[in-house]
Amino acid sequence: MASQGTSIWAKHQIFEKHTYWLMLGILIVISIGGLVEIAPLFYLKGTVETVQGMRPYTPLELMGRNIYIREGCYNCHSQMIRPLRDEVERYGHYSLAAESMYDHPFQWGSKRTGPDLARVGGKYSDVWHQEHLHNPRSVVPASIMPAYPWLSQTKLNAKHIQQDMKVLRLEGVPYTDEDIANAQADILTQSTTDADAEALQKRYPKAQVRDFDGNPAELTEADALIAYLQMLGTLVDFKLYDNKANVR
Amino acid sequence: MSTIQDPIPAPAKSMRFGEAALLVVFAALAFLSIIVAAKAYSSAYAFHAYLFAAGSIAAVFAIGNRYMDRPAGATPQLIDGKPNYNFDVVRFGVIAAVVWGVAGFLAGDLAAWQLAFPAFNFETSWLSFGRLRPLHTSAVIFAFGGNVLIATSFYVVQRTSHARLAGDLAPWFVVLGYNFFIVIAGTGYLLGITQSKEYAEPEWYADLWLTVVWVTYLLVFVATIWKRREPHIYVANWFYLAFIITIAMLHLGNNVTIPVSLFSDKSYIYWSGVQDAMFQWWYGHNAVGFFLTAGFLAIMYYFIPKRAERPVYSYRLSIVHFWALIFIYIWAGPHHLHYTALPDWAQTLGMTFSVILWMPSWGGMINGLMTLSGAWDKLRTDPVIRMMVVSVAFYGMSTFEGPMMAVKAVNSLSHYTEWTVGHVHSGALGWVAYISFGAIYCLVPWLWNKPQMYSVKAIAWHFWISTLGIVLYISSMWVAGIMQGLMWRAYTSLGFLEYSFIETVEAVHPLYVIRATGGLLFVTGGLIMAWNVWKTITMPQAVAEQKLALAPAE
Amino acid sequence: MSASYESVASFAQTWGLVLFVIAFALVVAYAFWPGKKRKKEIEDAANIPLKED
Repeated sequence: MASQGTSIWAKHQIFEKHTYWLMLGILIVISIGGLVEIAPLFYLKGTVETVQGMRPYTPLELMGRNIYIREGCYNCHSQMIRPLRDEVERYGHYSLAAESMYDHPFQWGSKRTGPDLARVGGKYSDVWHQEHLHNPRSVVPASIMPAYPWLSQTKLNAKHIQQDMKVLRLEGVPYTDEDIANAQADILTQSTTDADAEALQKRYPKAQVRDFDGNPAELTEADALIAYLQMLGTLVDFKLYDNKANVR
Repeated sequence: MSTIQDPIPAPAKSMRFGEAALLVVFAALAFLSIIVAAKAYSSAYAFHAYLFAAGSIAAVFAIGNRYMDRPAGATPQLIDGKPNYNFDVVRFGVIAAVVWGVAGFLAGDLAAWQLAFPAFNFETSWLSFGRLRPLHTSAVIFAFGGNVLIATSFYVVQRTSHARLAGDLAPWFVVLGYNFFIVIAGTGYLLGITQSKEYAEPEWYADLWLTVVWVTYLLVFVATIWKRREPHIYVANWFYLAFIITIAMLHLGNNVTIPVSLFSDKSYIYWSGVQDAMFQWWYGHNAVGFFLTAGFLAIMYYFIPKRAERPVYSYRLSIVHFWALIFIYIWAGPHHLHYTALPDWAQTLGMTFSVILWMPSWGGMINGLMTLSGAWDKLRTDPVIRMMVVSVAFYGMSTFEGPMMAVKAVNSLSHYTEWTVGHVHSGALGWVAYISFGAIYCLVPWLWNKPQMYSVKAIAWHFWISTLGIVLYISSMWVAGIMQGLMWRAYTSLGFLEYSFIETVEAVHPLYVIRATGGLLFVTGGLIMAWNVWKTITMPQAVAEQKLALAPAE
Repeated sequence: MSASYESVASFAQTWGLVLFVIAFALVVAYAFWPGKKRKKEIEDAANIPLKED
């Protein structure tokens, strides 16, 4: 044991005295864990379940999502319901990997200073969201959330949204040529109450169409953000979801 | 016929290749930045483009100026047979670390007060919690921690190789370029430019810039090791090297983004959903493992032996510690995703390796603490040693708590709560910041040629005030976190959830106040350090000698 | 593939544990074994930070 130990020990000198060997050793040792844990996620079937109802974000929802990211909402709100009894009762069906398959980047979060938002869509009215974003204390007196009064006062800048969608398509989000060509029009349609939205809803099933910020005269950032919040967790119909179908 | 009095003819001064090349590169970058600024999609991005332009123009002038002022020949590697160490960059890094440290602690404490009293958000977009929190984390991790790591690594690699830092302009490019990255990242958060990936929030152009800086950093570091006049590469340098290489890998893996346009700050990460989550926490956990652990362990392996004037406890243990730590750490990422939509097998792997990680971590702790065996009296007499030893003790505590929280049963309670925040801060304040403070208190007198710090008493004050702050911080967050976890899962006898979410928010309010108070104490400690560093640097030599003469014999 | 998650997990939780304990004991023994061959060299390497130039 002692002699064997000493010989292994002597061999370690190569790392102590040669920079290349040390660097190579480090590179190999640090690569293994990541390769084993990450690479299979791209080819193991069942990593992302097969579900009905997932679709890319409408341009308006996408812009809302980017505002959600810009304001750092993910710092306090998770979008990942764990399969624990209390979470499922509090927030709804546990989150599936498929539900974030078009999310670049993911928004699962890591902290619940505020509640989980994975299925917040449809839980509150638009007016509630308008008030809540403008001054959270007006609807939830004990809330510690910052107020975001500037959202309803800032016009939505959708000038370059088509470029965003093209990049996302490059990354695997199935936007069609039609989706991209109609992006500006889709934004106006989706944010107008009683608009003729047949074409939009055909391309984006379950898209909710109305003026979201309570100010039909203007298209604001609040429109986009509320549109995003109101669709969160509403796409997959869990009455049709078979959680055994993906078990092999 | 020359006589002995004749001066040696000065060689004609010519521009070095590096100087000329950098001049061209920065001139081109300035030009490009101005074009981008003019066509930028948003004013925030235009502001950043102008910053790049201003920085590039400043670099052109600085390089030109330096060329005019410098002597013609090459910088001597030795002076009187001793290495001609390049400490200017180290001095810059130390001062930057102190300044950023105080700024980062302040940002964190303001964020803490915002959670206790939302009025502190001031209803301004750029100061709201969602933007301030990444500013805080980046300022303390990358601005404070990063400058400490760059400064100490440039110091340690020179001293343990007995050679001058490699490169002429390159070391300056590293420290200045890195701090420019910090400015871009920090102002970006306040303006709403973020990728939303925790601890990797800066957007694509900042990431590209950091990549160039980081590769240069690696080259300067390795080239200095090549110049060493020792057969061995010292242990601390292994850890620095692992830190630099791994951060490069993580940074590239977690930032594979496609920008919307050259004129837009926005980009979209190539990965999506569950794969993106795994990449993120592979990155995020190893930012802890390699930035905040391996790098600072390098500091431990140099500064504790040096300050205690005795070699590291077990050289062989450090070999085992090194390879085991860097191999196992990489696997631990999935413990951030327990019970999520990440497949079970990955969660189990993450949990298992997190628990195993306890062992090499404590191996390192033992190695650090036991270095003091036979010199424990220094704990009483030298507050700097005390700070570093307590930091290693905090390291031991956090690296026990971490594996425990990585166990799925514990994690089901602790995840999403303040317990995680408390755990991070026992590591960040107790371990990372304290070992950094210790290194700064060692380095400042060494670098500015003073016999000791201006006020040794102030070091003791710093230590005790911040320790009280840490205790308030982590104990309040333990209570808050466990309370949140228990309240969220509490049921009434009729089988209904007992508390609404907002009731749990109200319940932690007093603990938020205690935490913010603890943070304030930590900020106070940082300010004492900044004052002490300032007084030491500006202390006239005569005062220094007088102070030393008056110091009691130990 | 026949190796299911459960079978891998049950191996890891029994024999895997034993293997890791043995490996750990070997590593500790190695780290603290009083070797002689490179004693001088190790001391030199450990003393690098204390050498003044």
